[in-house]
Amino acid sequence: MTFDDILNISPYLLEKEDKEALLTERLVELSRLHQKNCVEYSRMLKAIDFDIEKVKSYKDLPFIPVRMFKEYELKSVVSENVVKTMTSSGTTGQAVSKIYLDRITSSNQQKAMVKIVSDFTGTNRMPMIIIDCPNVVKNRAMFSARGAGILGFSIFGSKKIYALDDEMKLDVEGLKTFLESYKDEKILLFGFTFMIWQHFYKELLRLKKEGVSFNLSNGILIHGGGWKKLISEAVSHDEFHKHLQDVCGLYDIHDYYGMVEQTGCIYMECEYGHLHASNFSDIIIRRPLDFSEAEIGETGVIQVVSSIPESYPGHSLLTEDEGVIEGIDDCPCGRKGKYFRINGRLKNAEIRGCSDTYAAKF
Amino acid sequence: MTNLEKYNQAFIDTFEITEAQLVGLKYQDITAWDSVGHMSLIAALEEAFKIMMDTDDIIDFNSYEKGKELLVKPEYGVKF
Repeated sequence: MTFDDILNISPYLLEKEDKEALLTERLVELSRLHQKNCVEYSRMLKAIDFDIEKVKSYKDLPFIPVRMFKEYELKSVVSENVVKTMTSSGTTGQAVSKIYLDRITSSNQQKAMVKIVSDFTGTNRMPMIIIDCPNVVKNRAMFSARGAGILGFSIFGSKKIYALDDEMKLDVEGLKTFLESYKDEKILLFGFTFMIWQHFYKELLRLKKEGVSFNLSNGILIHGGGWKKLISEAVSHDEFHKHLQDVCGLYDIHDYYGMVEQTGCIYMECEYGHLHASNFSDIIIRRPLDFSEAEIGETGVIQVVSSIPESYPGHSLLTEDEGVIEGIDDCPCGRKGKYFRINGRLKNAEIRGCSDTYAAKF
Repeated sequence: MTNLEKYNQAFIDTFEITEAQLVGLKYQDITAWDSVGHMSLIAALEEAFKIMMDTDDIIDFNSYEKGKELLVKPEYGVKF
């Protein structure tokens, strides 16, 4: 099976059994590939006496803790074939993950992401407001997770503007002109949760009190990167939505969950507030005591699997996030697959996430 | 300027390369044609031909030659 076989299926079409069969075939293939091409991965399998032949479901595959990508340079291709290295976001002094991409993996990430996001935004490209500063994508050889997120979503933008300058100040005049030029069109907004709150929402609120207001009721906002800081400021998901709608009319808002170790496979929030797994990937909730699979409704540690990674052994990972499956195949939005919510980071885990690491400065 | 000249100029200006480098040029062959450069190239072509490309075509656009094949599609109507 190739990745293109998965790409040809509508991203939220498969029900449980079909999806399990598809993912099992692809993920077993990827495990063999990495066992052959990545000496560290092959040693890890050997260390736990793992026999791929005995795998019946992708749930039987071992999962690597995401931290391993900080401690080791894990790749399954020769260095000459690495076209891009991505790093996780980290606070100052914190070690970062390094993810090595070859052409195929890099291109499949973008393809999967386009399929997933188009299911929510439609396939038309839109004028796009990036709620961040242009500096983030400056170093092109080494992408931060933040830059990768912005760049990945940029494909949906027909015309683009960065709403913030390099001091993270709102470009009020630029925003005005942009919205005036595209006032009858659907506008895509993209950014990270804390930056949106701190540098966009709060500024719009201040401007509104001065009599300057913006109408973004025709906008669709996609945001990600973690809630930690906002929760500590007692801003809940519902308040985030309500305040943005009050200040600029923006109501079509979608959070997403994703990580640089599995770029491309993001988990988008639907109109019912559920994060959804697409055909390209899945999440499994593990009980912290014995790593057995938790039931629907039971909180545990999140394992993520992705059908994309060929250039590094990141197809099955144990995150440091805690979450809970809310249901399978029966979300009222009609999308099949698991839907879930994130409860936050494990206790004593490092801060990460584009939004949370940035927010650590405040 | 002919359409071919416009097409070539978009590559030359975006990647700061010469016309001699164009034939056979592929995505990721030169450092300038990375994922950031790619979106700049698309923006330059969209501006030059007054078109808007589909996301699928942006992804499929992986070489100088492939780009020409894509732009002659009826929805863009560029003739070389």
